[in-house]
Amino acid sequence: MKGPSWFNVTSMVFGFTFLYLPILLLVIFSFNESRLVTVWGGFSTKWYVELLENDQLLAAAWVTAKVAFISASIATVFGTMAAIVLARAGRFWGRSMFSGMIFAPLVMPEVILGLSLLLLFVAIDQSRGFWTVIIAHTTFAMCYVAVVVQSRLVGFDRSIEEAAEDLGCPPLKTFFLITLPIILPGVVAGWMLAFTLSLDDLVIASFTTGPGATTLPMKIYSQVRLGVTPEINAACTVLIAVVTGGVIAASIATKRRQSQHEADEFAAAG
Amino acid sequence: MKGWADFSYRCGTWWGSVLAKKSVGPLRREFAPWDDVTERPFIEFRNVTKRFGDFTAVDDLSLKIYEREFFALLGGSGCGKTTLMRMLAGFERPTSGTILLDGQDLAGVPPHRRPVNMMFQSYALFPHMSVEANIAFGLKQDKMPAEDLKGRVSEMLKLTKLEAFAKRKPHQLSGGQRQRVALARALAKKPKVLLLDEPLGALDRKLREETQFELTTLQQDLGMTFLIVTHDQEEAMTVADRIAVMDAGRIVQVAPPAEIYEAPGSKFIADFIGDINLIEATVVEKSEGGSVLNAKEFGIHIETASTTSAAVGDTVWYAIRPEKIEISHADTLETDTMVNAVRAEVWDIGYLGDVSIFHTRVDETLAIRATVANRSRHVERPISWDDQVAMSWGRDAGVILEA
Amino acid sequence: MSTQHTPRRSLGSWLLIAAPFLWLLIFFLAPFFMVFKISLSEIAIAIPPYLPTFDLDGGWAALVDDLKSLSIENYLWLTEDDLYWKSYLSSVQIALISTLLTLLIGYPLAYGMARSPKAWRPTLLMLVILPFWTSFLIRVYAWVGILKNEGLLNQLLLWLGVIDEPLVIMNTNAAVFIGIVYSYLPFLVLPLYATLEKLDESLLEAAQDLGCPPWKTFWTITVPLSIPGVVAGCFLVFIPAVGEFVIPDLLGGSNTLMIGKTLWVEFFSNRDWPVSSAVAVILLLILVIPIVLFQNHQQKLSERA
Repeated sequence: MKGPSWFNVTSMVFGFTFLYLPILLLVIFSFNESRLVTVWGGFSTKWYVELLENDQLLAAAWVTAKVAFISASIATVFGTMAAIVLARAGRFWGRSMFSGMIFAPLVMPEVILGLSLLLLFVAIDQSRGFWTVIIAHTTFAMCYVAVVVQSRLVGFDRSIEEAAEDLGCPPLKTFFLITLPIILPGVVAGWMLAFTLSLDDLVIASFTTGPGATTLPMKIYSQVRLGVTPEINAACTVLIAVVTGGVIAASIATKRRQSQHEADEFAAAG
Repeated sequence: MKGWADFSYRCGTWWGSVLAKKSVGPLRREFAPWDDVTERPFIEFRNVTKRFGDFTAVDDLSLKIYEREFFALLGGSGCGKTTLMRMLAGFERPTSGTILLDGQDLAGVPPHRRPVNMMFQSYALFPHMSVEANIAFGLKQDKMPAEDLKGRVSEMLKLTKLEAFAKRKPHQLSGGQRQRVALARALAKKPKVLLLDEPLGALDRKLREETQFELTTLQQDLGMTFLIVTHDQEEAMTVADRIAVMDAGRIVQVAPPAEIYEAPGSKFIADFIGDINLIEATVVEKSEGGSVLNAKEFGIHIETASTTSAAVGDTVWYAIRPEKIEISHADTLETDTMVNAVRAEVWDIGYLGDVSIFHTRVDETLAIRATVANRSRHVERPISWDDQVAMSWGRDAGVILEA
Repeated sequence: MSTQHTPRRSLGSWLLIAAPFLWLLIFFLAPFFMVFKISLSEIAIAIPPYLPTFDLDGGWAALVDDLKSLSIENYLWLTEDDLYWKSYLSSVQIALISTLLTLLIGYPLAYGMARSPKAWRPTLLMLVILPFWTSFLIRVYAWVGILKNEGLLNQLLLWLGVIDEPLVIMNTNAAVFIGIVYSYLPFLVLPLYATLEKLDESLLEAAQDLGCPPWKTFWTITVPLSIPGVVAGCFLVFIPAVGEFVIPDLLGGSNTLMIGKTLWVEFFSNRDWPVSSAVAVILLLILVIPIVLFQNHQQKLSERA
């Protein structure tokens, strides 16, 4: 049990500073009194007040939240199905194409995904707006969900399912009674990932959206192009707080359940 | 020990060929440098303590190991045996105390400069290197010239019968082959001491037994000092010249296997090594030539050649191995003066092939076990369940242990 | 594990396969054919702004006419105007340099994490993942305030007296490198950390036991055994970086040519859908090679495990 070496500590401090300092500065300057983002003019929350009065921004935030919630939910259903297919279905016609279509969107440039979906919608004469953004987000988010859930399924002891079926439980019921509860942490993590991906997306939404469905990242982007403003810093801070809070809460909940589990096991063993 | 008779058969395996070329004396020759006060220890631990936080893994331990000795550290998990070995290899630093190797203080010498090599429990074979490259690795660190290196590697491959596998990667080998690569790699540098950390734990029983004998032969043949860490008492007894039994960071007893088995120093060792009956008794008489004990609960007296430092009237334990007890039908018991004999009822019989274990009961709470070798297939009057039997033993069968 | 038994499938399991499969066929694969088709069309001042539109009402003859009017003119155009091939080249170049820089920062970080006490590791891992959950756009935006001429970095350096005049970083390729390294660092660190953490410590001890000093052990044992993680991490940075749009748009200058940005401008500013489709097709072709290599690499890894 040696302590970490000087070199390791240095490289970690450097790495984590690099990762966190920019975000920290952004948050700090959202409380800046001055309109100049880079000169500290005293503490103030006035930009947050202004944020609350910006109806356009709030409308965009509401659209984004709805899109993220709906697309994450659909993506979780399809993604979980895809994960089960990948982990369990064995060989079937088109399997390699199927897994290719699951993995490709993870690395595909967003501009291509956005452009191609837009061209599809145009070709089938689908008017663009709220629902086209949802379809687009569902498509790429389900692939992330599939990967997350699949990793959970890989470490899954199949004999548990076989035991259930051996005891007379039909396959579908086995899935809901046995498999799903065990992979649930993966499914929840997948949903959260899908939700934040949708929340963050600028490029794909820009291509596939239509009038009346401006999302928050699009709104932020159009203002960022005009320059750095404390109001945008404030909006970003709120977004960071929401996402970070959610992720930390989820991880604490998982950890607590895990340590409870370990404590139970320990008590049982003792 | 069982297995000695099969030695010639076992010699047929890999180390056997090494052995066959040279004249081989009895396997355990007269070798007892530890009894010679003029002999200088090769490895010495002086008051070594190692703490991890609040946990004391090794507690003020002193130990001397001599050159050419095959020494075993035996103990349960967490007793500190592995920590002790890792301190010798240099992977852990003692919290206090000194470790000397061949007269040199090892403090401050990093692992890669120590003239000891280790065979790891997991074998720790480099997965990205071939068998050959694994064996050559240590030699390369010494910048051995290419010609010599090649010669040594092929020598090691031959010794371990791995010539055919030289180009293979570790994942293409069986468990036994991997174990041999690990051994060859550690031996290649001709270390002053070879450290073996649970070396045979991953092998199946038969292969393990074979390898134990091969290791002994090899050690004798190379004349190297071997230090083995194991939790398997049978393994320690098979391979080692001396065994140190460890418990909670301390050494409880250091002695040759026979002594540990026949004259365990404490109840803990008696219980830890092999199977044993422990009978509570009080000292009635004591003299130079032996003692007489009274085991009240059994209602018998015990005469023994074992001496004790306990005073007359003190409570002691009489320890006797199951195979030292004779079991016969109760009607053969001639007298009622129960000296070194007790009446009991057979409660269970465990047939193990070579021997059978008889679990007998004197009454509800008192039990005695005896093992009997199954010498012939037909016994005229076999002892069976619920039979009344007599359990008896000789004067020098057991030893007295002070509480 | 998954292929060992292939029982007769019930209707339910066919549905299980069909639903996600069809969704991806319609919304992922089919759109690529649309892109390809439109890349062969002509720009038009119409809605949608290209010709032909394949009007099925016109019957077979009209369809054949439409097919005949498709041409590779847009691709020829890509070769004529050097803007495009320069964009492709500079995208690949910028992505390569950024990947190397990410590796330079990410390897020590991942190594430090994997060698830290076991109790710290989940927290450290969380710290690497957390920024990934934060909006990409916001993280890139955060650098604008730092890198600007009157930004925080220049203020700090001027105050320290390291420089006399503000450094020009914003709107240069340097800013794009920083942005890519920053945004994609977790993608490299995570697979690399996973590989390094799995590395059996007794291998390092064995090397040292055999006389290998620690720094040499690092190069002969740790580095070769971490190559799979390095490769996976580098692909995960390189592939999306080539098609990056937000970073060059916000941090890069007018001289920063990246194909994602070119495509965006072509589409939204010039409204030339056919040409931007052709750009996308070529970009896809460029990325197919690393994507296939990456998939093979992952496949091999999972087979070995």
